[in-house]
Amino acid sequence: MSEVEIESLSKSYGPIEVLDAVTLRVERGTTTAVVGSSGCGKTTLLRVVAGFDSPDAGTVSIAGALVARPGRVVPPHRRRVGYVAQDGALFPHLSVAGNIGFGLRGTRSGDRARSGRRVAQLLEMVSLDESYARRRPHELSGGQQQRVALARALAREPEVMLLDEPFSALDAGLRASTRKSVAQTLDAAGVTTILVTHDQEEALSFAGQVAVMRAGRFTQVGAPEQVYHRPVDIFTAEFLGECVLLPAVVAGGIADCALGRIPVRANAFEGPARMMLRPEQIVASDPGEDPDGRKTGTVTATEFLGTQALLDITLDSSPTHIRVRQAGTRTPAVGSLVAIEVLGEAEVFPVANRNG
Amino acid sequence: MIAPTLVRPRSGGSERRRVPPVVAAVVTVLVAVTLIPLGYVIATTIATGWETASALIFRPRVGELLRNTVALVVITVPVCMTLGVGAAWIVERTTVFGHRYWAPILAAPLAVPAFVNSYAWVSVIPSLHGLWSGVLVATLSYFPLVALPVAATLRRLDPGIEESAGALGAGPYRVFFRIVVPQLRLPILGGGLLIGLHLLAEYGAFAMLRFDTFTTAIFEQFQSTFNGAAGSMLASVLVLCCLVLLVAEAAARGSARYARVGSGAPRRPDRIRLRWSAVPAALGLVALTVAALGVPLWTIARWLRIGGTDVWRTGTLWPAFAQTLALGLLGAAVTTALAFPVAWIAVRRPGVFSRMVEGCNYVTSSLPGIVTALALITVTIRYANPLYQTVIVLITAYVLMFLPRALVSLRSGLAQVPVGLEEASAALGRSQASTFVRVTLRLTAPAAAAGAALVFMAIVTELTATLLLAPIGTRTLSTRFWSLTSELDYAAAAPFALAMILLALPMTYLLMRQSQKAAGL
Repeated sequence: MSEVEIESLSKSYGPIEVLDAVTLRVERGTTTAVVGSSGCGKTTLLRVVAGFDSPDAGTVSIAGALVARPGRVVPPHRRRVGYVAQDGALFPHLSVAGNIGFGLRGTRSGDRARSGRRVAQLLEMVSLDESYARRRPHELSGGQQQRVALARALAREPEVMLLDEPFSALDAGLRASTRKSVAQTLDAAGVTTILVTHDQEEALSFAGQVAVMRAGRFTQVGAPEQVYHRPVDIFTAEFLGECVLLPAVVAGGIADCALGRIPVRANAFEGPARMMLRPEQIVASDPGEDPDGRKTGTVTATEFLGTQALLDITLDSSPTHIRVRQAGTRTPAVGSLVAIEVLGEAEVFPVANRNG
Repeated sequence: MIAPTLVRPRSGGSERRRVPPVVAAVVTVLVAVTLIPLGYVIATTIATGWETASALIFRPRVGELLRNTVALVVITVPVCMTLGVGAAWIVERTTVFGHRYWAPILAAPLAVPAFVNSYAWVSVIPSLHGLWSGVLVATLSYFPLVALPVAATLRRLDPGIEESAGALGAGPYRVFFRIVVPQLRLPILGGGLLIGLHLLAEYGAFAMLRFDTFTTAIFEQFQSTFNGAAGSMLASVLVLCCLVLLVAEAAARGSARYARVGSGAPRRPDRIRLRWSAVPAALGLVALTVAALGVPLWTIARWLRIGGTDVWRTGTLWPAFAQTLALGLLGAAVTTALAFPVAWIAVRRPGVFSRMVEGCNYVTSSLPGIVTALALITVTIRYANPLYQTVIVLITAYVLMFLPRALVSLRSGLAQVPVGLEEASAALGRSQASTFVRVTLRLTAPAAAAGAALVFMAIVTELTATLLLAPIGTRTLSTRFWSLTSELDYAAAAPFALAMILLALPMTYLLMRQSQKAAGL
């Protein structure tokens, strides 16, 4: 049995249906990222699991115990969940130790020494020095605040950790490092985790399972590689990263398109299709003397991004524009001729599938 | 884990919108009581009948009172606005001599009750009476009501806007009148309204200057005929004047907001370097300080010297001090406690109900204390006779008159407790009650204390309603001061005046801090 089971969960605010029969299973000790654009319902989903909101239909179970069904909910303080909000929501009137100990004292007898040891232990878990215990929340950086919030949520040894965009308030450099340390901490603690985010890169790198949400429904739930490389529809494909989309005709495991004949996965359908490639699957290189049957094109614009470069290329054989992402070490000049190669398989969607 | 029991969520999917029954009950009772003064005015007007009412309203005496009252408001409010903006601007935005130490002059005069100010000026110039003396005393007592919020707003104006205007070719005068003053519209209008309402409500200051306004006339009427129709009709006209002021201010304020567009914290504005004008600016502030603080303090000192040690030995000072302290503390505690549910609804459940509650409160607290007092007297005599002339009625009057002072403070305090903190507490295993005590109440405690202090100050210096409602035998500092000055025993009154100022002075500091915070909202 899964640690968290969300079954056909629905929730409306007035006429707006925020969650539409959402079903999700999160296995014990794993991490799931729910990713979607703002207003897609992902935060509401998390709030229902936490107990801050109640569902209109459907059920939520945590560790085998039913915690929410329409008309009956377990209040948040009786669920064994940890919750880390976007801004950390540290209590400004308490020190770091007071914040971390807030949930401890209610559950165990007020043994000060033991609580102090536990605070130190938790600080160590989130890689903060013991000296931070006496500090006030406003004396911490954003990343430190988030780590204290995590330690505070871990203190009660929750069955499930719920993270509501906990990194989005941090600046770019801090975000990546905080994300990594939080992921390691949660992994070491073995806590089942649900992360809600609008950042697809965060979702793909953080979680073992990614659930892509759109308008109150999941479009796809799967491993990061699967949802990235094998998206079920064009919405999911475009949401998770840049795409090169070309018209193609599929026959016998091959998609025939402006870039040539490209293999697709074995059990794909046949007929006219829209074909999707990730920009990093396309390699543009110096054609040399002989393009050797490769398609060629002319670079019309380049955008240098540091480690990578984006190339806009117009194919010579047909008036098709494609965008290529490759290492920024040797960027071809604008106007130069390049040969184009495609790595790996393409994903194809039936033509009518534009809107997922 | 232990399988937790399922409980019914409070009303299905919309539990976040629900108002707890205790809160709803308290607020509903409060609104009902709040409506008593207005209800009293309407009911007595109807009961009097059109013919009697018109005979009582359309007579030369009422015309004279109306002329006096209107003239007082029309002259004093603009004078206070000009003086308040000028003083605030000099203190906040120029390099006037000693600018760091001038800020308290914008708040301290509030510690001197207007009737003590009258007493001081009448002592200095015994012939003082009539409209212009009323304007003088009222201006010196009330200009901080404009100066304080204006100063706070000035401190928060984004200097970038003024710099942009300068870069667009506007000179310093043009910048001041086209850029700075328009941004001060809200505090100027808000302060002006407060001053207008104070002018309508003030009894002691104008009675001492022998200047007749509606409030002084109603008071005299009440003393001669207790609760006659003539007094009630005057009260109706006075209430009408108040409503006119409220509507005028709301119309002038419009829907314009002067929020700063853009993100990031604004810089602190620079001070304008005064050259030749530094001397008149400093002299102006000195003159204002002398007139608003120097005269009352010097007068009190002079009477104390004349009175010698006798005035301290009358035996009434300490009982009056104790009674005032007790009434002030009790009133402040009750008012703040009752403001809590109202503030909670306003912040956490904004909607039609919360706006109605606040609206009722705002109108009632804007009514002169004399109207509230008359209404409570009438209602208690008729429907709750055992309560007549008890402390309960007096405290009720204080609650109705001063609730907004606690409310303003509590609202901003509560708004600074994000719902996220309460949710975090719930997720950490705390029940609703525990969360309220350990998080919400703890974080709003400073705001509640500040609000209570302001109510305390208002009660300590309150005269009109206390005179009418205090139980027999109650002698507060203000009523005792009033009866001594009525007997022209100015020397004996001096210790009472001093005691009131000393009790109120620390609270003006809080008022200053609060206005600084409010400007940021």
